[in-house]
Amino acid sequence: MTALMSQMPEQLEELSSSTDFTLSTKSVKILSSMPDNGGSYYSNLKLQPLETHEKAGYQLCSHVEDFIFTKAGTVPKIKTQLSRDDIFSTIMVRCGIGRNNYRVAPGLYGVGEPGRTSEVLVTANFKLSFDHLRQELKGINVWILVLDTRGVNVWCAAGKGTFSTSELVHRIESTGLNLVVDHKRVIVPQLGATGVSARLVQERCGFRVVFGPIRSRDMVEFLQNRRRVTPGMRQITFTLAERFVLTPVEIRIAAKSVFIMALALVFISGIGPQIFSLEQAWNKGRTGIVMILTGVLSGTVVTPVLLPWLPFRQFAAKGIVSGSVLAATLLFFLPLTQGGIKGSMALFLFSVAISSYFAMGFTGATPFTSPSGVEKEMKRFIPIQAILMLISMVLWIYSSF
Amino acid sequence: MQNLRYLDGVSTLKLSQKLCVGCGLCIEVCPHGVFVLDEHKAHIQDLDGCMECGACVNNCPTSAISVTPGVG
Repeated sequence: MTALMSQMPEQLEELSSSTDFTLSTKSVKILSSMPDNGGSYYSNLKLQPLETHEKAGYQLCSHVEDFIFTKAGTVPKIKTQLSRDDIFSTIMVRCGIGRNNYRVAPGLYGVGEPGRTSEVLVTANFKLSFDHLRQELKGINVWILVLDTRGVNVWCAAGKGTFSTSELVHRIESTGLNLVVDHKRVIVPQLGATGVSARLVQERCGFRVVFGPIRSRDMVEFLQNRRRVTPGMRQITFTLAERFVLTPVEIRIAAKSVFIMALALVFISGIGPQIFSLEQAWNKGRTGIVMILTGVLSGTVVTPVLLPWLPFRQFAAKGIVSGSVLAATLLFFLPLTQGGIKGSMALFLFSVAISSYFAMGFTGATPFTSPSGVEKEMKRFIPIQAILMLISMVLWIYSSF
Repeated sequence: MQNLRYLDGVSTLKLSQKLCVGCGLCIEVCPHGVFVLDEHKAHIQDLDGCMECGACVNNCPTSAISVTPGVG
């Protein structure tokens, strides 16, 4: 307080010359540029710039635009417009960079001017989920309750047990939600139902869970519709764009094994009549690397994008189809320096096996593949892929003699 | 999702008509429209559409639904 006063001699003089000397914050101007609205303690604070919330050792998040005072403490008010940094980070995360640590602090947030009757929307603390939700909430007043899912999206976290009944109950209690709103209702995204039992949440903390729409872009319509979903809001989709956006992460997951495969292939390429030839390793090996990349591209991008139009239900089989077409086309145009027809056959089978393997991996990223189905598919196709791989390697070595 | 279907005859989803009280919560939480309500009881109308996410099992008040995939 003394430090504060010494900065403002005019106000000190004003105070001391005043005959009616009562200690009040009403007439105190902390900064001369600040408007004096003569209001309450709260409204005075509200008009202060964000800098007054600075705290040693902490940094203000760029998505926070203000703070809201509630009976349960101050709640950050967040922006509904994504910044350039948010969009840049989204692209990075979609490419698999920093994806495992892209999170916001769990707790209560506000959008607009939420009050005691405003709805409470529940989400995960994966920043991508949080951003998805907030950018759909333009012009409305709601609370957002962010659960600690260790930076994982709602559906995956629900499946893994972090977006759960106990976490929701804990978060409702630790944020003092009953002091902030008069109603006893939280809106949980439908896909959270895998982890959240509406009945148990009500039993344990008295809050009623309403399962909202799957997609946050339906949220405003859902709220305006008196919390009623239209049939489309309950059904999952997997559109071309939704599939395409997942492919960079698939490539990144594949990258490590691609590097090892390429090294192994170059080594095997060198085996020949003179036992090992470095020149041959390079000449044959580089064609092999091109075919590895073709297989990876086919399994991680082409198959996911063309998913509904490729024949067969098993992803591994779809991968064989797209891999065959791509490998055959490429081999037709690619002049093979060595190896002849046997070499071409070897590279074809190798590329197809890789495509099939990575296409099968995409079962883990879709919203419609059942674990039982994936298990069945893997039991059948992993041996097939291994045999294809083995035949291709034998052919590849044989083509050098 | 009509153009994207996974394997038929693999889902381990089971519904006990005897235990079902017809609350309709399974219909509300299922992302694939597997259930329908008919004469105050839930029925499985599209077993092969089930992806074994377990949302229905988790929310069924009488434990009438079960799903037991081997590995997650």
